[in-house]
Amino acid sequence: MAKGKLTFQDIGVSVSVPAGTRVIEISEKVGAGIIYGCREGDCGTCLMTVVEGAEHLSEPTALEDRVLKENMAGKNMRCACQAQVADEGEIVIKPA
Amino acid sequence: MARQELKPVEIANGVHWVGALDPDLRMFDLILKTANGTSYNAYVVHGGEGVAVIDTVKEEFSEIYFSKLEQITSYERIKAVILNHLEPDHAGAVPELMRRAPHAHIFVSTRGLKLLQALLKDELENYQYTLTDTGDVCSLGERTLSFINTPYLHWPDTQCTYLEDEKLLFSGDVFGCHFCDDRLYNDLVGDFRFSFEYYFKHIMRPFKRWVLEAMDKIEPLQPRLIAPAHGPILRDNPLEYVKSYRTLSNSYLTKKIDAREKSLLIFYMSAYGATADMAKHIHAGASEIEGVRVSLYDLQGGEIEPFIDLIEGADGLLFGSPTINGDAVKPVWDVLASLISIETRGKLGGAFGSYGWSGEAVRMIEDRLRGLKMRVPERGLRMKFHPTEDELEECHAYGLALAEALAGKAKPKELDFADLQM
Repeated sequence: MAKGKLTFQDIGVSVSVPAGTRVIEISEKVGAGIIYGCREGDCGTCLMTVVEGAEHLSEPTALEDRVLKENMAGKNMRCACQAQVADEGEIVIKPA
Repeated sequence: MARQELKPVEIANGVHWVGALDPDLRMFDLILKTANGTSYNAYVVHGGEGVAVIDTVKEEFSEIYFSKLEQITSYERIKAVILNHLEPDHAGAVPELMRRAPHAHIFVSTRGLKLLQALLKDELENYQYTLTDTGDVCSLGERTLSFINTPYLHWPDTQCTYLEDEKLLFSGDVFGCHFCDDRLYNDLVGDFRFSFEYYFKHIMRPFKRWVLEAMDKIEPLQPRLIAPAHGPILRDNPLEYVKSYRTLSNSYLTKKIDAREKSLLIFYMSAYGATADMAKHIHAGASEIEGVRVSLYDLQGGEIEPFIDLIEGADGLLFGSPTINGDAVKPVWDVLASLISIETRGKLGGAFGSYGWSGEAVRMIEDRLRGLKMRVPERGLRMKFHPTEDELEECHAYGLALAEALAGKAKPKELDFADLQM
């Protein structure tokens, strides 16, 4: 199975994860600084900045797009509860 | 006993209070007690090109509100409906107000739009609205109202509105309190100092960081009058209340530890000494890391209130609990349930405990810590009965790892997905 590499810049932890894994599934387990509210793409609490490798994340869904817009998110920002690792690339993220 | 005022009260030139008194309320939002009720303050500003209505009241007081409104304006004259905050105690009469004044333009903060949609449902498409940010204005002709975005005071949507010619700040819940007195003004009502601080501690305290940012925006205005959405209107020395918000946003502990140090608090309960031994070894491990001040507390010997002050100023929190009947013990939950009045976002957390059969407590506590928006970097330790020497070494290593994480000394890690699937 294709594995991407997800690096949490704030705590210096990298994890190899299968494509399709949501960031939330990993970040809470490693204790990264991204924090969560509703966990289902409604509140925008879990905004994160994608430092590198945004192209290796899934495209935002219509739901995530709406939340990003409502929260005036910058173009490098995504919702950690929604974004999934899409392929084998390397992604570096940090709390927004 | 406050008497329900049935007439609008002019509080400044062409500005009326059209709120309602609720003297019988004893519990607000399930979390705040009030010994003499509250008020739902709403205001009307008259201008050459129409009037602006600022906030409404709790729905059950709508009749009083509309009666006052109709004494000073027609619905046709309402040009703007300004919503500083969309909680039901202020937005309860908005749906009916918009039915009566459908041409009025709604002004709401960007974050408030979702709440406005939830409030008005499909009716929203019948109305015009503008999303506001700091510096945006609403003109009534010769008078101008400007908006100050004050997020998290105490909801994401909250804003204040400023009437420039009168130097009058409509502050929403900011500077408010649950205190009901028909004399309305701070220099006439009873002694509400306790209510003012109690309100801050229960409503604004978790958002101190945002309070300070908001005061940076409000102080330069030097308002002559502050008209909050609850409690007395502040006309006598209003800037004292602004200053109070700054003071109340400081630490409640007068002495601080060295700013270069991180504070790690370890709380535990222990029935037979096993969880206590774990706590002591975690404490010893954490104490090896320079720059981390570690404290150990047996919850059997403490009161919750001072612990909350301590926790507010701490950087990391660990909770040790045995599992009894499949759960963590009540004193631990009592502390964890009390943390809603402070900010816990981003603090480091962890849990540990001894157990006999199933040991659910540790994972339950970890879930609660994540729910409090804390980060839990190490998987908590569960140990059956009394820990062995090797297990106590694990406790030591756990404390060390957490203190390293707290001090920013954790070494970079490379993990595989499978390592995390336990």
